[in-house]
Amino acid sequence: MGVGIEVTNLNAWYGTNHTLQDINLDIPANHATALIGPSGCGKSTFVRCINRMHETNPIARVTGTVLIGGLDIYADAKPVEIRRRVGMVFQRPNPFPTMSIYDNVAAGLKLNGYSNRHALDEIVEKSLRNSALWDEVKDDLKKKSGASLSGGQQQRLCIARALAVDPEVLLMDEPASALDPVSTSKIEDLIFQLKTQYTIVIVTHNMQQAARVAEKTGFFLSGRMVEFDSTHKIFTNPSDKRTEDYITGRFG
Amino acid sequence: MTRIRFQQSLEDLKEQLLVMAGLAEQAIQRAIEAYRVRDLSICDLVNRSEIAINRLERDIDQAALDLLAMEQPMAIDLRFILSVIKINADLERVGDSAKAISDRVRSMEQMAQADLPVDIPRMAALAAEMVRKSLQSFIEADADLARTVLTMDDAVDGMNRAAYKSLTKVMSEESHLAPQALNALMIARALERVADHATNIAEDVIFWVQGDDVRHFKAMKTAPDPHAME
Repeated sequence: MGVGIEVTNLNAWYGTNHTLQDINLDIPANHATALIGPSGCGKSTFVRCINRMHETNPIARVTGTVLIGGLDIYADAKPVEIRRRVGMVFQRPNPFPTMSIYDNVAAGLKLNGYSNRHALDEIVEKSLRNSALWDEVKDDLKKKSGASLSGGQQQRLCIARALAVDPEVLLMDEPASALDPVSTSKIEDLIFQLKTQYTIVIVTHNMQQAARVAEKTGFFLSGRMVEFDSTHKIFTNPSDKRTEDYITGRFG
Repeated sequence: MTRIRFQQSLEDLKEQLLVMAGLAEQAIQRAIEAYRVRDLSICDLVNRSEIAINRLERDIDQAALDLLAMEQPMAIDLRFILSVIKINADLERVGDSAKAISDRVRSMEQMAQADLPVDIPRMAALAAEMVRKSLQSFIEADADLARTVLTMDDAVDGMNRAAYKSLTKVMSEESHLAPQALNALMIARALERVADHATNIAEDVIFWVQGDDVRHFKAMKTAPDPHAME
């Protein structure tokens, strides 16, 4: 099951560049939360702080508190453990090109020392079913490589790979921006199904997509979170003029 | 991403609706004038403007539909386009009511003048004032002005009820005046509808400007919640 994320006074830097400033928000469990804002506003940095990927950059720094299911991820957990609990899907699908479909999904588990063949088979099937890819690849699991799939299938393969390690949170950084409309709608349908089991945070430039898939939406601007509210409120009658100006295309 | 073309399209849509508003307001004023002076040439003008109003209604709906499909508007822009679509329909019906009144004026030509217990000019003045104010609130995006229109509707409803009571009494007690009374009753009903359309327009302006849905507010305050009854 998904867990809630409580962010308090989060600040992040790249060198001297203060990219996130005093972010406070509660992301509800088992919902999809969308983050929108112009390029460079800090939304991708924010999601990278939630799975401790931001600190992998040597000049990056983070202060503040992030609680995932009550666990303080910067005080009480190792980055590797956090990245197992918090899966991530990127803008461009990045399957391991030389690995089979099966091995792509099982990669995370094998890295964690999983070797029970029967259990691995079950998890691979379940993950591919959960990412709505099973029916399309079940006959070629070990015959075809991840790179042989279409772009949309590759992205669902990456989602299956993230789900295989049984995360509680799924971060998606523009997961459909490189996909055609049909593949995009499959990913959106998938988000709808997945949020019953996982907490989903999706960064998107596509505001219609945010409106379609997310219950909550946050608007970031210049490293600050300007507004966080129900998606309905943000897209029909936002409280802040800057939010309205952005979503109506008056600046950005 | 400043969407200059889209903003210009919204301005164009507003302009088109203002042309429609001008025609509808003029039609209702002419219909009232035709009634006051019993002039059939004014009725002809009302009929002609109704044709123009109907054509414009289709053009505005099409322009709004194009913007919804092509631009995926959000927030205040989305509320604006939805309001335009609804105001457009109300203005077309104001045009219909104007034609209904002018049709009654035509039929009155065949009848003897009668002194009836109904103040149509006063009712017409109030309904026309509601239309004028609701359109002014749209032009100026003024939700406060729109709210003043909502408070005027009860007075017109009251006049319509009083007209119904007094005119049905005339019909039953002075049957030779029944045709004139029936005509006056239909005109009162058309004016009451005009006031309702002005109220709708004012409600749509409030929704556009402030995002508040104030429709059926009084009725919903007193009626039981159907969901609570389940």
